[in-house]
Amino acid sequence: MSAALPVLILLSSLIPAGVTFFLAQDSHRFRNMLNLGGATLKLGLIIWMLRAVADGASYEATLSLAPGLVMLLRVDALALLFISLSATLWFLTTIYAIAYFGTKAELSRFFGFFSLCVAATTGLALSGSLISFFIFFELLTLSTWPLVAHKQDKPSLAAARVYLAYALPGSAALLWAIIWLESATGPVLFTDPPDLSTLEPGALRAIFVLFIIGVGVKAAIVPLHGWLPTAMAAPAPVSALLHAVAVVKAGAFGVVRIIYDVFGAANVVALGVGLPLAALASVTIIWGSVRALQQDEIKKRLAFSTVSQVSYIVLGAALASPLAMIGGLVHLIHQGLMKITLFFCAGIYDERAGIKTIAGLNGMGARMPWTSACFSIGAIGMIGLPPLAGFVSKFYLGLGALEAGAPWVLGVLVASTLLNAAYFLPLLYRLWFLPAAEDTTGDDRAPALIGPAVVTALATFGVGMLAASAISPLGWATLIVTREYGP
Amino acid sequence: MTALVVVVTLPLLAALAVLVLPERARVKLALGSVALGVLAALMLARAVWQDGAVLLTLGGWAPPLGIALRADGLAAALTLMSALVMAAVALAARFEMRTRRVGARAAFGFWPLMLLLWGALNAVYVSRDLFNLYVGIELLSLAAVALVALSGTAQALAAALRYMIFALAGSLLYLAGVVLSYAAHGTLDIGLLGERIPAHSDALALGLMTAGLLAKTALFPFHVWLPTAHAAAPAPASALLSALVPKASFLILIRLWFEAMPDLASPPAILMLAMLGAVAVIWGGILALVQKRLKLIVAYSTVAQLGYLFMVFPLAGGAGSAQPWSAGAWTGAMFHALSHGLAKAAMFLAAGICIAAVGSDRLGDLRGLARQLPMTSFAFALAAITLMGLPPSGGFTAKYLLMTSSFAAGQWPWALLLAGGGLLAAAYLYRPMAALFAREARVTARPIPRVWQAVPLALAALSILLGVLSATPFDLLQIARPEPAAEGL
Repeated sequence: MSAALPVLILLSSLIPAGVTFFLAQDSHRFRNMLNLGGATLKLGLIIWMLRAVADGASYEATLSLAPGLVMLLRVDALALLFISLSATLWFLTTIYAIAYFGTKAELSRFFGFFSLCVAATTGLALSGSLISFFIFFELLTLSTWPLVAHKQDKPSLAAARVYLAYALPGSAALLWAIIWLESATGPVLFTDPPDLSTLEPGALRAIFVLFIIGVGVKAAIVPLHGWLPTAMAAPAPVSALLHAVAVVKAGAFGVVRIIYDVFGAANVVALGVGLPLAALASVTIIWGSVRALQQDEIKKRLAFSTVSQVSYIVLGAALASPLAMIGGLVHLIHQGLMKITLFFCAGIYDERAGIKTIAGLNGMGARMPWTSACFSIGAIGMIGLPPLAGFVSKFYLGLGALEAGAPWVLGVLVASTLLNAAYFLPLLYRLWFLPAAEDTTGDDRAPALIGPAVVTALATFGVGMLAASAISPLGWATLIVTREYGP
Repeated sequence: MTALVVVVTLPLLAALAVLVLPERARVKLALGSVALGVLAALMLARAVWQDGAVLLTLGGWAPPLGIALRADGLAAALTLMSALVMAAVALAARFEMRTRRVGARAAFGFWPLMLLLWGALNAVYVSRDLFNLYVGIELLSLAAVALVALSGTAQALAAALRYMIFALAGSLLYLAGVVLSYAAHGTLDIGLLGERIPAHSDALALGLMTAGLLAKTALFPFHVWLPTAHAAAPAPASALLSALVPKASFLILIRLWFEAMPDLASPPAILMLAMLGAVAVIWGGILALVQKRLKLIVAYSTVAQLGYLFMVFPLAGGAGSAQPWSAGAWTGAMFHALSHGLAKAAMFLAAGICIAAVGSDRLGDLRGLARQLPMTSFAFALAAITLMGLPPSGGFTAKYLLMTSSFAAGQWPWALLLAGGGLLAAAYLYRPMAALFAREARVTARPIPRVWQAVPLALAALSILLGVLSATPFDLLQIARPEPAAEGL
């Protein structure tokens, strides 16, 4: 069983992906059952595994390719954290996407690549070696390209082109870094950190920079973030997935893996590359927020907010102190929950009321109360008001910064909180306090669209309120840091 | 051993037989012999896998008295890959001839030429004798030139003529080298040449043979004949020409440099071969980037992709036997030959389907075709992944092995070329893909049977599978590989 389970989890989204491609466009029922079935099965398997891993079980599956290429699927606590997020949100997004698209064209293609994208994220989470990480990282790039281009109009195709223009050089940098490192140390497995002593510090720094460029494109670290706001041309479920679990998170997850499992936190500090990365992450946090302020389109504003928020995770990892690490890891989950709520709602506003810009939100609180309530919870969580999810992350990041001896990070956190408030509060004000324009239409009587948003909004509440319990994301993050990286 | 005999003789006999048969029986026989050939190639690979290299001395006379045929892992892998490509090409050609009027000459000429080409390829793969190799490669060139000329248009004839001039010049140079070598050593057997007492004329002989083979492999700057010739031929023929034909002359180069005369490999010579390869990667990529026709893009991509193969000369054995990827570069280059063969054939067959559907291969005319031809477009995309060297394709495995070796050998500029070449491939393959997947709804496209569409898809999927299941082909390639492959030139 211990080898079969990770493979089964991977197959639970890979098989639906493979089958969906060959389905006729109008076999809606079968396609929906297949995708929902896969998502449900995966969720079940993961819950089962969560319990086993909490008891100390470990799972591993290897496939040997050519020498040096080790495909290793391995479940550790960090993998599980990411995979639970992606499985939960895949399930919810599938429900949302089925309702969102209805009977529109090219759905077999869409759901095929959608499932493939989730399979890639799963594989990424489960990867136990650098090479399998890279393979799934690339699979992710390739499977998200058709999703971004899905509408096939000019902006979508342009966005997809920009995405590839950023992603492919990024992966070239990543492959370069991997091969450079492995040519000195042999294949790198995450279980036992490679012996870095054979490489010069200068070379190691260069490798680290290449690694960060490679995963930083996906994590949208400034100045590699340009593709993300353009990718907003994609349909709402895609944006939701892209911003909450798939691409951006894969990048952030990669940063965590590289710092903790490839280089090791101590080496990152010794090489003196942690603080520059933390500084870059801080710049990204501030810059993303400032740019978000300037956007009039809801989705664009959310996109820049993602740029800013994801760098919290990078910041937490780069500070390389246990508490900061906890803050970063927990934000991986929290940001996912909050951002997907916001994108679900943005999609509903667009789909049900045709609202794309901020001005259109005036007075929608009364007309679309469910949507607006969820949106508000997500936004307030992002700002970091206690006891919502965002507060927990920022609290631990702040403590971690002090622990790492970088008190200036507190300033960044405060500034970012103020900026978050500055770009989210006006939206809430418009929603609830301004009168609606005369000709507004729209309602939110679409349970399959609202349902997922309500669930994630409640989760945003829940993970903050129950942060002290062992099964909360915070509990898991603490477990990971204490178990794998020592107290 | 039977399998070895069958893979060489079956295509040649079939080529003769189809000449005298009426049309219906002709196609049936061709398809039947292709099926049999795939089986024989599989059996050959199995025999090599189980018992090591298969050796056949004709009439029981060992060289230098007799002539030897020998299938090592590399030959077995190439034979199998070629058989699979042949099968796909034969199926696609049958569909194409059913849906399009190709003219009586093309319908008649294609089958014997295809089989002849196949027989010549297999003969080259397993021959151990320089003169036999000459006969094989000459036969190959003649069949290939005839295939280019098959459509009979002025453009095709001009392209074929240009091809023939290069091919004949290449043959003459090669033959001159063979004669010099024979005069000095009195043997043509590759194995015996490996143990020869060095002679003064060796360098000249090797240089002549190499120059001739480079012209046939279309390495920069001898590539000028390739794009027009490959684009002018009917699509199934282009698939053969691009995927298989250059591999034969490349294989002879490998036999010469790694088995017959590895002692002659001086650093400047190696560097020059690799530099030409590097220029081919870049120049071919740039030219592919500016083409407006699908088949030309794919043909220039062949120019670029062939360049990677020449990285084997500086990188082979770069890691030394202590590394886990000993002989990585040599195997990587061979992996590239295999995966490029599958992917490039898939691309040309996909292009053939596009042409059958809209009657043109200008990128502008292909816009939005993915809606009508989803499987074909998907096949093209999968093949593109292999050519870009993205995981988990066979192209990625090849590139990974080459890149690790170049780092381990401390020659990282070659790795830079490999990475850059991949990005260039992404750039030039993006244009046809963007055209195929554009939004425009076409109504004029002719319907294409799904089975036909499945043919390139199967080939492209194989090129991906080659990477996913790379352990077995890797081990197969190690069987009886020459010593310098592990130790370097």
